[in-house]
Amino acid sequence: MTIFKHTAVAAGLAMAAQGAAAQSIDEQINAGFASATGWFVNLIFMPFPGTSFPWIVAWLVVAATVFTIYFGFIQFRAAGHAIALVKGDYSDPDDAGEVSHFQALATALSGTVGLGNIAGVAVAIGIGGPGATFWMILAGLMGMASKFTECTLGVKYRNEFPDGHVSGGPMYYLKKGFAERGLPGGGFLAVMFSIFCILGALGGGNMFQSNQAHQALTGVLGEYPGFWTGIVFAVIVFVVIVGGLKSIASVTEKVVPFMAVIYVGTALIIILMNADMIGWAFGQIFAGAFTGLGVAGGMVGALIQGFKRAAFSNEAGVGSAAIAHSAVRTKEPITEGFVSLLEPFIDTVVICTMTALVIIITQQLMVDEATGLYMLNEAGTAIATVDGNSGVGLTAAAFGSAFSWFPTVLAIAVILFAFSTMISWSYYGLKAWTYLFGEGKGKELTFKIIFCLFVVIGASANLGPVIDFSDAAIFAMAVVNIIGLYFLMPIVKRELNSYMSRLQSGEIKKFTE
Amino acid sequence: MSDKFIVGFDGSDTAQRALDFATSRAKAQGGSVLIAHVLEWSPYSFLTPTEIEERHQRRTEEMARAETAIVNPAKASVEAAGVPVETVLKFGHIAETLCKLAEKEGATQVVIGRNGHSTFGSRVFGSVAGSLVQTSPVPCTIVP
Repeated sequence: MTIFKHTAVAAGLAMAAQGAAAQSIDEQINAGFASATGWFVNLIFMPFPGTSFPWIVAWLVVAATVFTIYFGFIQFRAAGHAIALVKGDYSDPDDAGEVSHFQALATALSGTVGLGNIAGVAVAIGIGGPGATFWMILAGLMGMASKFTECTLGVKYRNEFPDGHVSGGPMYYLKKGFAERGLPGGGFLAVMFSIFCILGALGGGNMFQSNQAHQALTGVLGEYPGFWTGIVFAVIVFVVIVGGLKSIASVTEKVVPFMAVIYVGTALIIILMNADMIGWAFGQIFAGAFTGLGVAGGMVGALIQGFKRAAFSNEAGVGSAAIAHSAVRTKEPITEGFVSLLEPFIDTVVICTMTALVIIITQQLMVDEATGLYMLNEAGTAIATVDGNSGVGLTAAAFGSAFSWFPTVLAIAVILFAFSTMISWSYYGLKAWTYLFGEGKGKELTFKIIFCLFVVIGASANLGPVIDFSDAAIFAMAVVNIIGLYFLMPIVKRELNSYMSRLQSGEIKKFTE
Repeated sequence: MSDKFIVGFDGSDTAQRALDFATSRAKAQGGSVLIAHVLEWSPYSFLTPTEIEERHQRRTEEMARAETAIVNPAKASVEAAGVPVETVLKFGHIAETLCKLAEKEGATQVVIGRNGHSTFGSRVFGSVAGSLVQTSPVPCTIVP
């Protein structure tokens, strides 16, 4: 998972970066950057007047709800078919050797599974209580419809070049889709999206990741300058994206799912070891969802945290997955839409919920025995935890309470997830870059070198304002993308109806014997 | 129906011996040879976004290379022996693909060369020859 607000991590992994390492030049850069971009960050994360509910979260959730209703709860109707597609039941054996639906799903997932699932959930529960889990799951389920819409459009309106390579994503469907419907402004939205996407790729998809990887490394190895982490990471990223050294990338791509399996597996073991508490945990989740159980902000506080972290974690509506999926060759654009709707389910409904259950079951949150309500910390901003942990620290403590070796595994996982997220976002940024400046080896190389430089910058400095800005850029992508989705959703509906009728008539059939 | 010999052919020396074996049997029985070249491919491997984008190109290149460097010379050698020959190029798990092909084509026999190794790797993951003899729907000859 890519997006994760700096402030949240600062409390967890990132403590070390502050303090002694703070140089006056860094501070000046930070201050200058903050004053230049603060208005933009504030605009994107502005809460509704009189509340603490950021409008951008409502924007994502309302969109997910609209798509869910418009497509008649497609995430439930099509889930079975999506799984059949991933299993390859509908894949023509003569197309073997092309990218399978499974590979498309795995690649898109490796771009989103990450810190949000580990640290983001801990933040949501730490502030919003167990009830946040309920709203997080709900938002994850709704987000499936957003992914379905954007990924279908991504494939439908991609550019295919004579040499066989493809470029796709929101910028292409905004431009071509709007033109097809005779709507004005598609080109403008496409350019806006591309700019935000490049900024988001360099920030949340890059600097933030290398920063977090460095924090994880110092947690294991002890304190040392982030510059060195940055150099090592930049060199590795360079040989992968510029040198085309597939072996490193393919090792990561193999290890990342493995880490995800270890993570979920360990979570399941902890949950099963405490099987008698599962009922209680779900009781806490449901009770907390509607009463708040005394958390800061009550029920609304739980709801905001749950929605926010789900949106930050699965990127539904942001448009990044549409770029990833549009590279896949498929005869039916809608099949990529079906496959992609599994992503928020796996990312949020499964993995995030596992983290939540482990934190709840291992009783990291302090409960007032007399009232049964959660106790707040001294500042009153979050629930008091056993060791005063929050963010990644809280997740590590929860898993560590069952298996003492787990925090080390978690640190490795954070580094690998950060690396795979960087590789994914370098691709998203590149596609936005070539949309703006045109295809070409030299232009691509320029972006890739810039990308590697930002890896070093991200690891070496404490970049609070920069990270805030890049998070804001990623959500700005969602503003532009979702405007487009509203106008283009009738096209997706047409595709859906056509495909469904052919599926029922037997024109589209299974290839399994 | 004349006898059809499917040869799993990868261009190696043992594969050539397997092909020669099959060609001579086919000639003696008035049968035909089907040269099958299978490119190892799993739909469940993991790829980066860039690899996904380039996959179609790579696949086209891989097929062209296999066609000219491996399949065509083999085909020519069988034709020279005066035996009817067909070729097929597939992606997938080698043993599985050969089995499916044998069923579909109604083959008499599958013939492959063995790679001659008894490595740790093949002990753990199995070899093509090993899984083929276990799963082949028709008699299977392994040529040393």
